[in-house]
Amino acid sequence: METIVSVKPLLAVLVTLFVIPVLVSSSGKPNARESWIFIAGTIKLVLILSMLPVILEGKQIVLTLFEIAPGASIAFRVDGLGMLFAIVAASLYIVTSIYSIGYMRGLNEHGQTRFVSFFALAISATIGAAFSANLLTLYLFYEILSLATYPLVTHHQDATSKISGRRYLIFILGTSIGLVLPAMIYCYHVTGTLEFTTAGIFADQLSKPGATVLLLMFVFGFAKAGIMPFHTWLPAAMVAPTPVSALLHAVAVVKVGVFSIVRVLTGIFGVQLLGDFNLGVVVMTIASVTILLASCIALSQDELKRRLAYSTISQLSYIIFGVALLSPQGLLGGVIHIAMHAFGKITLFFCAGAIFVATGKKYISQMSGLGRRMPFTFAAFFIGALGVIGLPPTGGFYSKWNLILGTLEAQQTLFMLVLLVSSFLNAFYFLPIVYKGFFGKSPDEDDTTPVKIKEANLCCVIPLMITAVISIGLFFYPTIFVNLIKVGLAIK
Amino acid sequence: MTDSLPYIVAKYNYWLYVILMMIGLYAMIAKNNLIKKLVGMNIFQTAIILFYVSIGYKTDATIPIIQNAHGGHDAHAAVIHAADYINPLPHVLMLTAIVVSVATFGVAMALAVRIYQRYQTLEEDELRMRISEE
Amino acid sequence: MDNYPALIVVTPLLAALLAGLAAWIEDRLSYPIALMGLALSTFFAFKVLMQVIGSGTIHYRMAGWAPPMGIEYTIDLLNALVLLLVSGIAFLNLIASYPSVNQETNDRAASFYTIYLLFVTGLLGVTATGDLFNLYVLIEITSLTSYAMVALGDRDRGPIASLNYVFIGVIGASFYLLGVGYLYLKTGSLNMADVAHILSGIQGSSTVLVGFILCMLGIWIKMALFPMHVWLPNAYTYSPVAFSRVVAPLMTKVMVYVMIRLMVTVFGLDYIFNTLHLADAAVWLATIAILAGGVMALAQKNLKKMLTYIIVCEIGYMVGGAWMGNQLGMTGAILHIVNDALMTFALFLAVGNMVYKLKTIDLPDLKGLFGKMPWTMAGFVLAALSIIGVPPTCGFFSKWYLLLGALEAGAYHFAAALIISSLICAILFFKVFEICFFESLAGGHETAHGVVEIEEAPVSMLIVSGLVSLSIIVVGLYSGTIVNSIILPFLK
Repeated sequence: METIVSVKPLLAVLVTLFVIPVLVSSSGKPNARESWIFIAGTIKLVLILSMLPVILEGKQIVLTLFEIAPGASIAFRVDGLGMLFAIVAASLYIVTSIYSIGYMRGLNEHGQTRFVSFFALAISATIGAAFSANLLTLYLFYEILSLATYPLVTHHQDATSKISGRRYLIFILGTSIGLVLPAMIYCYHVTGTLEFTTAGIFADQLSKPGATVLLLMFVFGFAKAGIMPFHTWLPAAMVAPTPVSALLHAVAVVKVGVFSIVRVLTGIFGVQLLGDFNLGVVVMTIASVTILLASCIALSQDELKRRLAYSTISQLSYIIFGVALLSPQGLLGGVIHIAMHAFGKITLFFCAGAIFVATGKKYISQMSGLGRRMPFTFAAFFIGALGVIGLPPTGGFYSKWNLILGTLEAQQTLFMLVLLVSSFLNAFYFLPIVYKGFFGKSPDEDDTTPVKIKEANLCCVIPLMITAVISIGLFFYPTIFVNLIKVGLAIK
Repeated sequence: MTDSLPYIVAKYNYWLYVILMMIGLYAMIAKNNLIKKLVGMNIFQTAIILFYVSIGYKTDATIPIIQNAHGGHDAHAAVIHAADYINPLPHVLMLTAIVVSVATFGVAMALAVRIYQRYQTLEEDELRMRISEE
Repeated sequence: MDNYPALIVVTPLLAALLAGLAAWIEDRLSYPIALMGLALSTFFAFKVLMQVIGSGTIHYRMAGWAPPMGIEYTIDLLNALVLLLVSGIAFLNLIASYPSVNQETNDRAASFYTIYLLFVTGLLGVTATGDLFNLYVLIEITSLTSYAMVALGDRDRGPIASLNYVFIGVIGASFYLLGVGYLYLKTGSLNMADVAHILSGIQGSSTVLVGFILCMLGIWIKMALFPMHVWLPNAYTYSPVAFSRVVAPLMTKVMVYVMIRLMVTVFGLDYIFNTLHLADAAVWLATIAILAGGVMALAQKNLKKMLTYIIVCEIGYMVGGAWMGNQLGMTGAILHIVNDALMTFALFLAVGNMVYKLKTIDLPDLKGLFGKMPWTMAGFVLAALSIIGVPPTCGFFSKWYLLLGALEAGAYHFAAALIISSLICAILFFKVFEICFFESLAGGHETAHGVVEIEEAPVSMLIVSGLVSLSIIVVGLYSGTIVNSIILPFLK
């Protein structure tokens, strides 16, 4: 593998970190502050995209910052997988920034400077996690992300957010310190390295029970991925302002969890070892349980954001499921779902937020007829829902198609059933919202008067349109992401 | 029992210092009055000083002052046997240790005075009561 | 140039005399003298460290008397590091102390500075000396000054806390002195290197064993290893805050240094781990200390007292690491001396700022502190994260080595205790953060806009606090360098 040494990954991580002092100092001038965010976000995206051609050629960009101990350093390595995740996160950061202007100002929230500062910190950590060259660096950014998100989750500083924040910390920090840290140290103790390699770092130091325990420690330990039973923090975290739920709890934070698990599966254990010990099935079973249970719970949720949260939990497990198939198609379908789900789910969250800003409504039961007043929002919601269910013409179809192919390739027909059932469940919990939105009887207006269109402000509506359009676009042009994954995982 | 008796007698200095130390420790832990505790502390420290002083001692040896060592014509001729003189070093060390213990004692006494001024008592249980009352 | 090792210790001593004398003329003179003395001492310590790294161990003969008769200062990598740590922290703390000394012990500022300097002299001497009896005297100088300092603090509880400290301190020092007596009995020497040389021939001797146990007991009492910790929390809580800030990070750490010095240089690791079979017991003791310290900290209602129990917990880390019987554990213990000193210092600096503004720091007093003292709290959070062990703060990296050491030695109970204590510390600190973050100010300092007015501590205190907090991250990132250039060469 050809590698190029470059400071670009570091810069891409740091740019939103260095903008924080600027943000703090311009806290009295919201417009100046917001423009700084765009500048930083754009520079970040440009930096990331400038690395894209090199990565697509099959090369990797590396940068070692600090050597902590032999085999354990703080280092960056940009490969296809990291690149894919970074592009998704960085581009959605810009979109979300627009959205949060509309949302935060629309609701006249307090502490906006604190909000945008920690947001910037969180996105820095996300990119850092995407570009990590080894488990230590990944863990570092994972922890920074956990802590940076805490003040965002508890933004309202009231009793509810206090309880949610506590639950968030107990699950996220508790598992990362209690499970991942010992597992990581054990890996280092046994092998003397934490570097991600396609072949895995273990030679023959692990027995099957040992490997299983270690694997489970990782899978449950990265609780950001929302594997049951460590998922309850995610619905709780929905007390946060919607931009946080949208970017962090549909894209950045949760996918860092998934991404970490993917890295551990493919880079620490290696597909070979997992196959030898037949551990893929173990992970797949865990993921399947989460997929089905979370979908069922989602059906019963009346609060829109909570329903979306449970849907996220279920969809995250798709990714893990796909990777655990250990077949090329499965890997492709799983990893590309990071991108496809991101665009779909963020659209849905944006819509939920826009509805809240425009009408103050949080519960699905109050939303019937609302589609006629907010047609753009509900149209976008429909597209987002299609993406998550996995129907054409959205990108979600592409990932689900590949996942199903993957199950066939791996000859796991039973598990294919899981995917199909779950897709039905997805349709059940999303489509009625759209249907009732457009055709349902509105509780607070009578049907004879013509309906006035009353959307949320532009800053809220434009982002959700953008992501909806991208979601469709990805159906037709998934090539870049597909190529990145093929390069990253060395799939033919 | 009869075997160990000579053993105990031969090392009587050790037994003495251990007993003294235990008396001191007992007073520091079990006594209620702060001044009694301080006395215990002093006994404790003195026991160790005694231990050091006793290890410098040798049977039939004299104080380590060598006569005519400076300038005397016989000085070179006279062979000095270390066994004839007691070891001065532990004694010298104890001078320092005594200074330390006196200083500690002084500080402790000053503290006791302060406590008495504040609480009008030096009994520990009463002190504890006063503190919990406040 | 050649006299630097002595000057490190002698400069603060002279400064103490001068500061005491100058107070007869003019009270205000003592502060600049003290500052100057410690600045010079820090400078010399830095020079010596560079010299030792460059050209190896320095043997300095006091007044030209050759060892084993004369007192020798042996400065190798370990104590050069600790010397710099001690003098640096003492110097920085003095800068930050000016406002709080004026506030707390206004009428006795001159005596405060004099005793402070003597205390630092004692610590530096303990670190520098290569003579067992000299070590005792210097420990007692340190202790005597801290007795006096504690009594200078809280007018009600200070003297009582101090007197209890005296009793236990005397027992500890006496045990050590007794141990030295036994060693002298067997070896006839007090010079560390000389004693070590003679001891290597008589390892089976029971006199040496008794001497060893007595020395260790004495030092453990002085460093407040559970269950010999009872003096520490009260003494540190009721002392003036300017003194707590220096005694909390340094006193116990220097005692840990003494323990490591005795283990490595005097008795030899071979004797301790291969001839004696005490290591398991000591590691168990450390394990219990970690857990007990953490649990007791949970029960505290006063922030300062809570932190003192965390010190008890951290002592367990270092003792356990040192007794692990392998290089990794010892590396972790030594690294943790530096790291723990820095993070405890940072925590107490923040506490100092709080005390300066709030007077009392029972947990409910801290309401709304994030808004009121954002910079202080930023420092506090960073230090707290380091105690929890979140990368990239330095606390993580020493924990890393300690955990690896524990795994290598098969001391799984110790590894578990480390992880559990991380979790306990997380609970502890987030309990504090919650109070500071969620509950609005009790006094109603809010202005009309609902924005809390910032009431920060004086700039000098903030700058020091910020500097030390940053150093936590910098030292963390460069821990590889510290280990490779200082600790590993020392252990070889």
